[in-house]
Parts: sequence; structure tokens; C-alpha cells
Amino acid sequence: MSPGWWLCARASRVADTPLLSIRNLTVDFVLPDGRTSHALEEVSFDVHAGQTLGLVGESGCGKTTTLMAVMRLLPSNGRITGGRILYHDLDLLSLTERQMRAYRWKEMAMVFQSAMNALNPVMRIDDQISEAIVLHQLMNSAQAARRVDTLLEMVGIAKERGDQYPHQYSGGMRQRAMIALSLACSPSVLFADEPTTALDVMIQAQVLELLKKIQEKLGLAIVLVTHDLGVVAEVCDTVVVMYGGKVAEYGSADRIYNDPQHPYTQRLLESFPDLNKPGEVLSSIPGTPPRLTDLPPGCRFEPRCHKRIDVCAVLAPRLIETSAAHYAACHLCEAPETGSR
Amino acid sequence: MSQVAQQPILEVRHLVKHFPVRQALLAAFQRKLRQRIRAVDDVSFTLERGEVMALVGESGCGKTTIARTLIGLEQQSSGEIRFSGELIGAEERRARAGLLSVDVGRVGTREQQMLPHMSLKRLRQRAQMIFQDPYESLNPRATVFDIVAEPLIVHGMAREREERIRRVAAAMEDAGLRPARDYYSRFPHELSGGQRQRVVIAGAMVLEPELLLADEPVSMLDVSIRAEILNLLNDLRRERGISILFITHDLGTVAHFADKLAVMYLGRIVERGPTEQLLRDPRHPYTKALLSVVPVPNPRLRKARVILQGETPNAANIPAGCRFHPRCPVAIDRCRTEDPPEIALAGDQMAACLLVSHAQNQAA
Repeated sequence: MSPGWWLCARASRVADTPLLSIRNLTVDFVLPDGRTSHALEEVSFDVHAGQTLGLVGESGCGKTTTLMAVMRLLPSNGRITGGRILYHDLDLLSLTERQMRAYRWKEMAMVFQSAMNALNPVMRIDDQISEAIVLHQLMNSAQAARRVDTLLEMVGIAKERGDQYPHQYSGGMRQRAMIALSLACSPSVLFADEPTTALDVMIQAQVLELLKKIQEKLGLAIVLVTHDLGVVAEVCDTVVVMYGGKVAEYGSADRIYNDPQHPYTQRLLESFPDLNKPGEVLSSIPGTPPRLTDLPPGCRFEPRCHKRIDVCAVLAPRLIETSAAHYAACHLCEAPETGSR
Repeated sequence: MSQVAQQPILEVRHLVKHFPVRQALLAAFQRKLRQRIRAVDDVSFTLERGEVMALVGESGCGKTTIARTLIGLEQQSSGEIRFSGELIGAEERRARAGLLSVDVGRVGTREQQMLPHMSLKRLRQRAQMIFQDPYESLNPRATVFDIVAEPLIVHGMAREREERIRRVAAAMEDAGLRPARDYYSRFPHELSGGQRQRVVIAGAMVLEPELLLADEPVSMLDVSIRAEILNLLNDLRRERGISILFITHDLGTVAHFADKLAVMYLGRIVERGPTEQLLRDPRHPYTKALLSVVPVPNPRLRKARVILQGETPNAANIPAGCRFHPRCPVAIDRCRTEDPPEIALAGDQMAACLLVSHAQNQAA
């Protein structure tokens, strides 16, 4: 195992100051019929080096939009209308597109949801990876070829299979190749968008194990987007629970799972099947998430909430610190005296 | 007739399904041994009335092939399937045997041939399948009403208009699409993933079947919706006494309502037993590994996981001896040469592992 010294070059940073700080990020989409979809509103969280942050929520809650906004890869009808994205105290939103290209993939890279769709079907795997390296002018093609071998070895793909095409790979291997591609330029932050959703449990375990190993070796910060609460519990240090484009709850994984404050988090956890409690009836969350074009005036979860009080329908709750480094956006957490109702 | 009521809804004995691999012409001339994909390789199980059994295993282990064979979408290579006591698939096999003089024609013993046979159409009135992906299994150009009513038309049931509307409405409301009339004229693209899967379930339930074959019905859905669909299936089973064969790769989702589990690996059931007992005391190393990687929704309960390396081998090339031995963390020398038999254990549990038989023999 020769890890390649350059991989470790940017490994260690001071852990206390966040590597990436997202503050009040707000994103709107203009739909073809002229309406505006409020995809993200005031989303804030911090990402630390060497740690894994989980972004959880139902489909359409803005998880992927958050990643795309940070990478500045939103589709043309999407606009960042407010907030800041601080990478080492530099606001990425102040950069021009040309300047941004120096950060994308070199500083932060992404593992896309469906590896089959993200990889080029008519290009060999090793060429795809070295293309990314050469494009960012890190080295010449001979050096790049050697680096591709190292990367493939790191993700557990035999060098000899580098000259094959994506369709010759199994689902798990494609995801490994995708991870190798994301590591091509030694990023400090890795965004993983549902990296294991389409995979079997055993292959899922293999991929999660791989991400963890790579993180330990390179000191990466990982942002893991998923709707699978089990996966988050297995690998994440901190968790952001999103609902309808806003942060519902944000805190350490331990507190989120064992002392959830927001009713949405509580219901989400109850609806997840737990092998340790067989025979228990699963609770589901009645109703559907709000339409982002037509948001309720108060709390976005109010129509589905089992603990709602009068104020919820009229006033949107702020994200407040309920205990040290644990935040929730719920009126019940805001004032303890109303919470006792 | 009282005898019929006590008969298990489904009895599968030594089911085998091999797919021939397409071969070059030259190789055929040279009389090379024709390669076969042994998708299902000697599988037996029984499903009682009103029972839910989960068939668990990784992709490519043959779970879906079993379901497709049970419903007659594939023809078994050998073995017998009884639905409520009647042999299925055999009628078509005999018809084929008349045309082909090869040994496909030998179907069981004389005694078996004397038994009543069930045609596929009659079978499909009583057994229905729910497919994995509600985005692909619904006709995008048909309305919800037409989709749910189609099985009635195919089977020539409920010919009266009022009767048909009544049965479609009942099936849709049972599937949680309430009020049903709001959904009649909608198209699949107007529905969410959870609603689509409810339409699929309504389409299966409209014939009032006795058996549902559910092939990964929730793996494409969000967690909160997953729970709804699982609860819906559970209600159908409790209120209607429907038997369900639930196919999944995720042990976590079925632990809640399956009565029995069967764990498959590479075309064979390697362990089966009552759910709670099997989860508490898995005996086969593959079951143990599979259980250990099911994510637990609590960071305090993170545990050592047995992560098997590599992927399920190709079913065209099944390893000699125990088919699991190349990936088995506890394999011994004998595993390389000896195919383990099914070992019956206490409490209706079965495991096909030499190490299990070892322990049993020592205890005896």
C-alpha cells in the first residue's frame, strides 16, 4: 500500500475552525410558468475537516440543491439570492466563474447519486480520471496515469480494470470508480449525494467503509446526503435534518438520535425500521411535504405536525440553540412554558 | 373441501431454474458442454395461509427469478410448485412436451401427473405480483381507473359497469387512495412515488387474490413513505388473511412484519426460520454478515460489522463445495469440497452450513 505522499499534503487542518461555513443560504428557482420555487431558505451549517456531516430529509427537501449551490453548479433557472458560503474565510459567492473553477474539484469534489449516469459511458475509467487531473493542470499525462493507478488501488479496483468502460463494472465498482474520480485532485471536502442508495446492503457497507477509510487517511471532510437514517447513524458525526428547504434541526449525531427536539425528526426516526425492535408498528408521517411554490405562512411542517400549537400556523420558527451546539427550528423548543402544553 | 382450506397456500419443492447461456455456433458443433446460469438451484419452502415470508439476499441471488417462476413468467427447469395443493406450470410443460421430444417432458411421477393442474390464468386470479419500481410498472398513458380496472377486464370479471366501478373504488380505498374518485382520471405522472405504489397495490388487490408476491415494493421509496406502504401491506394481511411473499435485499424493512425469513445466496436458501428467532440467533455465517451490516438508527449502537469482500459470484460459475466458501469468514477445508445439506435446527430453523452440522453432532 503506497498511499502517495501528495494525497496527504492537505490533510491536517486545525479542527476547531470550520473548513466550510454555510450561512443563511437561500436559493430560488424560476419555473417555466413564471412561478418561483423557494428551494432553500436560510440554510446554515459548518463542515469540519476530518468529520462527516449528514444531510437528511425526504425527497425534494433541498439536500441536493444545497450541494449544487455550494459547488455553484445550479441549473440556469436557479439563483442564489442570499447568504454566504465561506471556505477558509473566503466567500465562494464573491468569486467569478473563472476563479470558482480553481476551487471546484480541487478543493471540493462530489460523488454523484447515480454513478452510471455520472460516468461517461464511452470513455474508459482511467481516461476519465486522468482527464480531471490533467484538466486542472496538476501534472502531465504520464504522472496522471500513475496517479490514476494509485487512486484505483485506494478504492479497491484492480489496476488492470482501469482500461474498461463503465458498463463492464458492477454497481458497487462504478460507485468506487466515482469515488476515485472525486478524489482525483485531492479535495479537502467531499460531497457524497446518496452514494449508496441504489446499492445492496452488503455493497453499501463496503462503500461506506471505503469512505471512512479514505477519510481517516486523507483527513477529508465529508458531507453525506441521504434519506437513509441508518446510514447517517453509522457514519456521521453531525447531522442536519432538512424539511421543505429549511434546516429543521442541527446537532451532533448522538443528540439528534437520542434526544431529538424537532417533531419532524422525532417522526422520521419513528418511521425508520429498527432491527433491534422487531414487531413494533412503524409510524408514518401523514400528508406530503409542502410544495415549494406555495409554502405555508408559518412553520413548513405545521400541516403534518402532531404537536402543533396555534402560533405554528402564522409564524415561522427561527433556528435556535436548544442546548450547546444543538439547534432546532420549532416553537415548542423556543419557550419552555409553551412546550409543556 | 375442508382439506383444501388447511393446505398451505404455496408449496415449493426442489425448484430449479437454469438459463442457458447463448453460445457460439462453433462451440455447439464441437459439442462443448453448454453453460448454464443456475439462477435458482434446488429451493424448497412452504408458505402457509395468511403468513408473510421474506426472501432476503443480494442482487443476483435468484430472489426475483423465484417470484417470476411462481407466477408463471418463467418456466421452471425442474421441481414442483403447488398453489393451494394444485400443481402449477405443469400443464404448459406437458403441452410443450408434446412438441419437443426431449426430456423436458418428464414431469414428476405418475402420481403427480394425476393431480389437478392449474392454468396460469386461473393462478393469476388468485396470486398477484407487485413490482419493484412504481415508475416503470405503470402505463404512463392510462388513467388510474383504467390501470386498476384492467385486471378485471382481462379475467372477464365484474362485467357490469356499476360492479366494476364498485370493485375499483373498493380496491383503491383499501390501498389508501381516498377518496378513490379523486384519483380515477389522473395519470401516473401526476402522482408521487408512494401514491404510484398504492395504485400498483390496488391493481393487484382488485382481483381479491389470496397471495401477493411483492418484489422489493419499498426500496425505491423515501423512508417516511416506506413505513406507510409496509403498514398498508400489514393491514391487508391482517384484515384479509392474504399471504405475502416479500422479496428484499434489506433485512431491516422486513423484520417488522414477516413471520418467516428465508436467506438466499447464489440460487439457494442457506438459512430459514421464524423471523424473531432467526434475527436473535442466526446460524449461517452469511446471515450473520447480512445482519451485521443492516444500519442501526442509533450512533450509540454502532457495532462491529462483518463486511464480506467482493460481490456475489456469477451464477454461471458457482464455486464447488459450499457456494459461499470463497467469501465466508469462517470457512474450513471441508467447505471447499462438500456441498452442505440443509440441517434442521430447533424451532423450525434450518441452516445449510457444515459448521452448524458440526456443532449439532458434537452436542448429540
